[in-house]
Amino acid sequence: MIDTVIMLWGKYYYVYIDGLLGTLWLAALTVFAATLLGTVIAIMKLSKIKILDLFTSVYIGVLRGTPILLQLYFFWLVLPKAVPINLSDTACIIIALIVNASSYVAEVIRAGIQAVDKGQVEAARSLGLSSVNTMKKIILPQAVKNILPALGNEYISMIKQTSLASVFFVQELMTSYKTVQSATFLAIPSLIIAGVIYLIVTTVLTKGLSVFERRLQANES
Amino acid sequence: MKAKELIRVESLNKSFGDLKVLNNITESIYDGEVVSIIGPSGSGKSTFLRCLNLLERPTSGKVYFEGVDLSDKKINLDKHRQKIGMVFQLFNVFPHLKVIDNITLTPILEKKIQREEAEKKADELLERVGLIDKRDVYPTKLSGGQKQRLAIIRALAMDPKVMLFDEPTSALDPEMVKEVLEVIRGLALSGMTIVIVTHEMGFAKEVSDRVIFMADGMIQEKDTPDEIFNNPKNRRTIEFLSKVL
Repeated sequence: MIDTVIMLWGKYYYVYIDGLLGTLWLAALTVFAATLLGTVIAIMKLSKIKILDLFTSVYIGVLRGTPILLQLYFFWLVLPKAVPINLSDTACIIIALIVNASSYVAEVIRAGIQAVDKGQVEAARSLGLSSVNTMKKIILPQAVKNILPALGNEYISMIKQTSLASVFFVQELMTSYKTVQSATFLAIPSLIIAGVIYLIVTTVLTKGLSVFERRLQANES
Repeated sequence: MKAKELIRVESLNKSFGDLKVLNNITESIYDGEVVSIIGPSGSGKSTFLRCLNLLERPTSGKVYFEGVDLSDKKINLDKHRQKIGMVFQLFNVFPHLKVIDNITLTPILEKKIQREEAEKKADELLERVGLIDKRDVYPTKLSGGQKQRLAIIRALAMDPKVMLFDEPTSALDPEMVKEVLEVIRGLALSGMTIVIVTHEMGFAKEVSDRVIFMADGMIQEKDTPDEIFNNPKNRRTIEFLSKVL
């Protein structure tokens, strides 16, 4: 079995590398865009405007309450009909991943902001610092320290989640497995290779993240 | 002979849900006086203090500062708060900013003072409270007493007309209480108007011009420290003092 795995890797490694790059890129793009979208959602949720709060509650509720695979199908089916421009399958899937991730990121950002000690706001406002400056200079810099590690975790879990895109043959690591498997009919060895790559990448990133987290906390308590 | 009225509170009520914390309080704070507020926990004294700069919005009633109604939505509350310094029980120094930046942040941003000038003034204040060697460290490196001294001069850097202290020594280790009280005493001697909620009865007796005793959300008795501590008249005051003295 190990011989087969090594042989397969020697022959098809470029397919896996391509897939891995696709996965990393897909995850990075998704988390980046989801952070922008999630920030807007989080701010809407934290604003005391009722209608915005209601909207974000429904948005987050639906996205977290339904399976991501279902959402991918939904966007894949509906988006091409809903927009006038020509969207590729990959584009539909990326948008679906971004929208899905934004609901999680919004909660991460909201929690990060709310975790900042209330006394910080009181001290700032009692000095006469405006609400905008209090947000910019006091709350956000402290919230970022709560948010960044969580976003790192989101990126790591996104690396695994993007495997669902293989259902739609978006270029990523699970699609590479499918390609190799159908070319060689060696299902198990080709799957093992993909699994090992996922494991290496997530392990390295998790370790890196915990080092980063410790650095963040070293500055202050 | 009466000094200028700095703060006037009229028929102030504050409730949290069903809980009535302040019950129809009317009181004035005059320029240059030191007022201590004492009373059992839950008496509403901290809430009263927090209403003076509208950190708590009154349920009803008015708070005037220099004759301006602070609850008026048309005023710029931030501008008025700049003249009302506040020091908290848990210090609330900004952990992500160096000591010097804790002090200069608001003067630079809100009073548009040049950084150089703001830092010069901050250095003088740091010197005054013995923290000049901590100028460029982060607050995590400070003891509780040092954090509270920082919090005091952070407020002073805004040139306030009055300083509000909310149990400034309650969270401190005993050996650090003195260094903080020393700073507040110096401030009182310099003529600063001070309202302080405190459990330090000896200190209240020594520095105050007036002492207010609160219980059940009401001012039960107010008088000179000598009268309050040596000749209390209200039953609640007598009860309270017999427990704490």
